[in-house]
Amino acid sequence: MSGAGARENVFATRMALTNTKLRLKGAQTGHSLLARKRDALTTRFRAILKKVDEAKRKMGRVMQLASFSMAEVTYTTGDISYLVQEQAKLATFRVKAKQENVSGILLPAFEVDRVSGSDFNLTGLGRGGQQVLRAKEVYAKAIETLVELASLQTAFTILDEVIRATNRRVNAIEHVVIPRLDNTIKYILSELDEMDREEFFRLKKVQEKKKRDAASAAELKALQDGEEALPEPVEEPTEVTTDLLSSKDEDVIF
Amino acid sequence: MEGLFFNVGSGFLEGIVRGYKAGILTQSHYGSLTQCESLEDFKTQLSATDYGNFLANEPSPLSTATIADKATQILVDQFIYIRSNAVEPLSKFLDYITYGYMIDNVVLLITGTLHERDTHELLERCHPLGVFDTMPALCVATNVEELYQSVLVETPLAPYFRDCLSATDLDDLNIEIVRNTVYKAYLEDFYHYCTTLGSPTSDVMHSILSFEADRRTINITINSFDTELSKEQRAKLFPAIGRLFPEGNNVLAKADDIDQVRQACENISEYRSFFDNSVSTQGNGANHQDVGDMGVAALLEDRFFRTEVHLNKLAFMQQFQYGVFYSYMKLKEQEIRNVTWIAECIAQDARDRIQDFIPIF
Repeated sequence: MSGAGARENVFATRMALTNTKLRLKGAQTGHSLLARKRDALTTRFRAILKKVDEAKRKMGRVMQLASFSMAEVTYTTGDISYLVQEQAKLATFRVKAKQENVSGILLPAFEVDRVSGSDFNLTGLGRGGQQVLRAKEVYAKAIETLVELASLQTAFTILDEVIRATNRRVNAIEHVVIPRLDNTIKYILSELDEMDREEFFRLKKVQEKKKRDAASAAELKALQDGEEALPEPVEEPTEVTTDLLSSKDEDVIF
Repeated sequence: MEGLFFNVGSGFLEGIVRGYKAGILTQSHYGSLTQCESLEDFKTQLSATDYGNFLANEPSPLSTATIADKATQILVDQFIYIRSNAVEPLSKFLDYITYGYMIDNVVLLITGTLHERDTHELLERCHPLGVFDTMPALCVATNVEELYQSVLVETPLAPYFRDCLSATDLDDLNIEIVRNTVYKAYLEDFYHYCTTLGSPTSDVMHSILSFEADRRTINITINSFDTELSKEQRAKLFPAIGRLFPEGNNVLAKADDIDQVRQACENISEYRSFFDNSVSTQGNGANHQDVGDMGVAALLEDRFFRTEVHLNKLAFMQQFQYGVFYSYMKLKEQEIRNVTWIAECIAQDARDRIQDFIPIF
């Protein structure tokens, strides 16, 4: 029975049994905790997956709009790229990163921070300024979508990894750690039972031997007494037998 | 009287330009261009027009920018041919046409110098029509002061810069203000030069240039709402010519929103329709929809382009005048814009907007 599965290398003692039982209990609690964590994460993961899908579709549309608005600018003003590049001094569109805690996992979340001041709002002053402004707005929106997608995507990958790790742990506990502890406990119990049986047998043997010793001693004494006085041995054996049965031997537990 | 001697100096070139004009894409060309499925089809369709096989040597994934570049190159070649055959006063008139592009180029170089970039690579970005022989010399300048001096010495734009700006202005002012100040001076100068050419050139050119000036005035007004451009500065950028000048300009200088702009333009019957709040889809007046103020501002540009095309087409109605050269350039530019637009729509698969170009003939 003890050879049925992997077990830990312990001496089969009552102390080890208590320890192992405690550990088994700990493993079971850990297992249920991890399983709950995994479920929470998976729910979250599904939600994010849905959002990522939406964001990606939106991204396509928004990017198309944006590049089309750029075409409109080119139509009215011609190439303004160099002017815009040179006149931009301060970033008006910034991304802030913060952390969000989802069942113990820190997920980075990106936020858009727009400063309203713009450096090139005079671009296209004489011609096409409206188009330039509009292109700017559309692109800002496109980047907002991009940032949103970025935080979703990072959360997606991180969650994916964490869920895998948690899954691994849950499975490890369920299929390796708990069976092993179980086996250890069974092993210890069986060893202890075995030891009990051996002990019982030994005691029986001891008792038997004592009985035998006592009997032979009595016989010897009767012989000696018979040599000294004959009438006496008739009385004595009755005395000895009663003595043996009524008085309790200290060595005998049962 | 001018008809007697016009053909001696410019008859040949006028003939050439009118011939070029016949090559401008017509509505039926545009019709087949908009049907194209890909840029390759587009190229094939274009090769059946006067453009010929101008894209023949381009590597296969065609970009819309390449199409625009190549088409512009054709226009530049035509212009250079005309320019090299021209004699006074037509040559002077043609030079004036190039000044507009030159201003853009010089402003580009100024931007580069201000930000201490290598201006040599900017030379490639310059508009080929605005290239002048000494332009590379401008790249030698390392600071704004030097650049200002070399602009004065090397370019025909010297009077505009001298009268409007000082070297320190280049440093302090927004580059767009510099550009518009210089452009204003240029427009005024061109206008006065056309006056000296006498009728009928002056008649034709005045109407075109007046419109150009008014368009700039209105645009600057609308685009300067909610910006750091003060009203005094704004007023300084308005060309002192055009049909809105002077009362209209004064009103526009004080305008705060698009309604005031609209009121200022009420007095000119042709401009009244620009601020119509409704769009009629492709000319049939049945389908009106309200688009709001932002929409009007965006539509405005489109309507300006349409009016510009209309005025330039009118220039071809008169003979013995130089307006045709200017008009041809403008029409051709519009055509390049149209072609680029259609190419862009095909490339980005935006079929619903493909009709938004401005047909010329």
